[in-house]
Amino acid sequence: MIVAKTGNEALAYAMKQINPDVVAAYPITPSTEIVQIFSNYVSDGEVDTEFVAVESEHSAMTACIGAAACGCRVMTATASQGLALMHEMLFIAAGLRLPIVMAVASRSLSSPLNIHGDHSDSVASRDSGWMQFFCETVQEGYDTLIQAVKIAERAYLPALVAIDGFILSHCQERIEIFDDRDVREFLGKPKPNYNLLDWRNPILVGPATLQDYYFEFKRSEIEGMNRALPIIEEVQEEFKKRFGRGYPVLEEYRCDDAEAVVLVMGSACGTCRVAVDHLRAKGKRVGMVKLRVFRPLVHPLLKKSLAKFKAVGVLDRVDAVNSYGGPLFTEVSSVLYDLPERPKLFSYVYGLGGREFAPEDATFVFEQVLSGKKDELVTYIGVR
Amino acid sequence: MLKLQDLAKNKELFSSGHRACAGCGEALAVRQILLAAQPRPVVTAMATGCLEIFSSIYPHSAWQVPMIHTAFETAASTAAGVEAAYRFYRKMGRIEDDIRIIAFAGDGGTYDIGLQALSGALERRHRFLYVCTNNEAYMNTGIQRSSATPLGADTTTSPAGRVLLGKVQHRKNIMEIVIAHDVAYAGQTTVFFWRDLASKVQKALDAPGPSFLNVLVPCPLGWRHQPSETLKLSKLAADTCYWPLYEFENGRYKINYEPQKKLPIEEFLKPQGRFRHLFGIEEGAKVISELQRFVDEQWDLLHRKQALFGASENKDKD
Repeated sequence: MIVAKTGNEALAYAMKQINPDVVAAYPITPSTEIVQIFSNYVSDGEVDTEFVAVESEHSAMTACIGAAACGCRVMTATASQGLALMHEMLFIAAGLRLPIVMAVASRSLSSPLNIHGDHSDSVASRDSGWMQFFCETVQEGYDTLIQAVKIAERAYLPALVAIDGFILSHCQERIEIFDDRDVREFLGKPKPNYNLLDWRNPILVGPATLQDYYFEFKRSEIEGMNRALPIIEEVQEEFKKRFGRGYPVLEEYRCDDAEAVVLVMGSACGTCRVAVDHLRAKGKRVGMVKLRVFRPLVHPLLKKSLAKFKAVGVLDRVDAVNSYGGPLFTEVSSVLYDLPERPKLFSYVYGLGGREFAPEDATFVFEQVLSGKKDELVTYIGVR
Repeated sequence: MLKLQDLAKNKELFSSGHRACAGCGEALAVRQILLAAQPRPVVTAMATGCLEIFSSIYPHSAWQVPMIHTAFETAASTAAGVEAAYRFYRKMGRIEDDIRIIAFAGDGGTYDIGLQALSGALERRHRFLYVCTNNEAYMNTGIQRSSATPLGADTTTSPAGRVLLGKVQHRKNIMEIVIAHDVAYAGQTTVFFWRDLASKVQKALDAPGPSFLNVLVPCPLGWRHQPSETLKLSKLAADTCYWPLYEFENGRYKINYEPQKKLPIEEFLKPQGRFRHLFGIEEGAKVISELQRFVDEQWDLLHRKQALFGASENKDKD
């Protein structure tokens, strides 16, 4: 069925179709609508979910952990300061190998306060052990949230699905939604590792470990992430088979004979597509590489793709404040390091706090990358 | 009335072999609570702290009931999540058992860093028992003051020095904070009074909504007393009225223990190293007398609450 929905509406609708067992959440702009709309589904009895409107994001993630430890299918949504407040608990969710799925309307972090979209919140959570998906469109957000449930439950890892705050969360798009029954059939029932409520077979979840075991626990968690990529690809194939639509983990757009490409995540991919088309029409050999999965870092795919080009511009919608470059830029730099011949890499930071990133800005980046010359270490696009 | 013989017949759900210090009041409390909870099936959550460290070091566990530990400030919110899962399964007909959920946290995890999560869980009326095992400081991290630490106590962050004689503020009244949430049941007790503790556990677990127990658990390390004196100090806390045994049920206050002779606060303070600096100096005497005034005032206030909001039928029964 074709409908018009904003990103938040689409994700809330996906949540309704997923019909999670427990949702615990706290409102925060720009993700508020997701749980707000979802709570209407709860009030109207359209879902079976036990909804807990907690008193903070910290407690939201904690309650999600408590419920997921009981084997429930658990979801939440947040953004920005809320995700930052959850930070401590993100590691605990991942360490306990709980497949919690979280929708994030990505937004800047204070200070100064800004409610608009960038990737500061999600990227700041990158080392917490959560899988991370960045979506280009509302449709992709809807599709990815559904996929993420299956991926998380198969990988025994939590998953974060990010749509750009306001740019996608509040922007209405024409999307195709599936039948409830198809979504529920696709997902099936959760198969939890353990259930705390099975009191006849008591278990201890979240023990203390000393020097003798902590490392082994962490190593096994790391192995979980190491094995996530084939699971993601497998679920994407199943999704494509069932619903006729799919997204590669890493997509090359008009890259075949490209000399210069940009690597980008999230809604700016659309902007870059427009710029690529525009420049291609003028005979410029440019292309875009869209990175959809940020965690696990898909280094074999990145290496294989980017090694082909002479120059790559890496676009980050967040700065690492490390006086060197954006987080994706530094990661890609290290991924490419051991190639015998490396493309030139340029770091660009754009769109902080919702600053406009127009096709002209993307065109500027492409032209600079094509020229192979750049004066500054990091270029901050559109800063006055 | 609850009999010791009956409790003794119950299964030890908190097994021996854990790593608590000799004379640990908290270990006693948890053991007593899990004995008293039976035969109700319980699922538990705990905060980071002494209890977690001495009972759960992998690959060992002292817990014969399901237990989840997440973080320091999260006993209430973790339990809230567990309770939400339980409600979901009951609603869907996937669990028939009448399971009770108990959260354990120390005074730091309750009075300070976990207060918000506790307040949220109480307000949302999750049906669970929250137990504060209160030893009046952050004992697990090496005896730092909390907002449960009494006036004058020497801790590593309220050290007795040349100018300041230990903590300069009185403790927070957590019971009133909890009661203000209109809880189904709240009780204050301490480990010496096993029958009082056990009956409060049973009442709290059978209460129709959230319930709370504030259990004073003497800590030989932080209080600097002999391990053999834990129960004696527990009793002295009640006999000096420093730690009144009382409960709040259906909107009514009830004092559960009236000492035959109310002892002066010095009797409670003297055996403890954390108050040693108060004795023998004039400034210390002032702190002791302020503590006495505080204790008297609180004790008096409690009586007035009982008179105003007490249950007349309780008086008849007694």
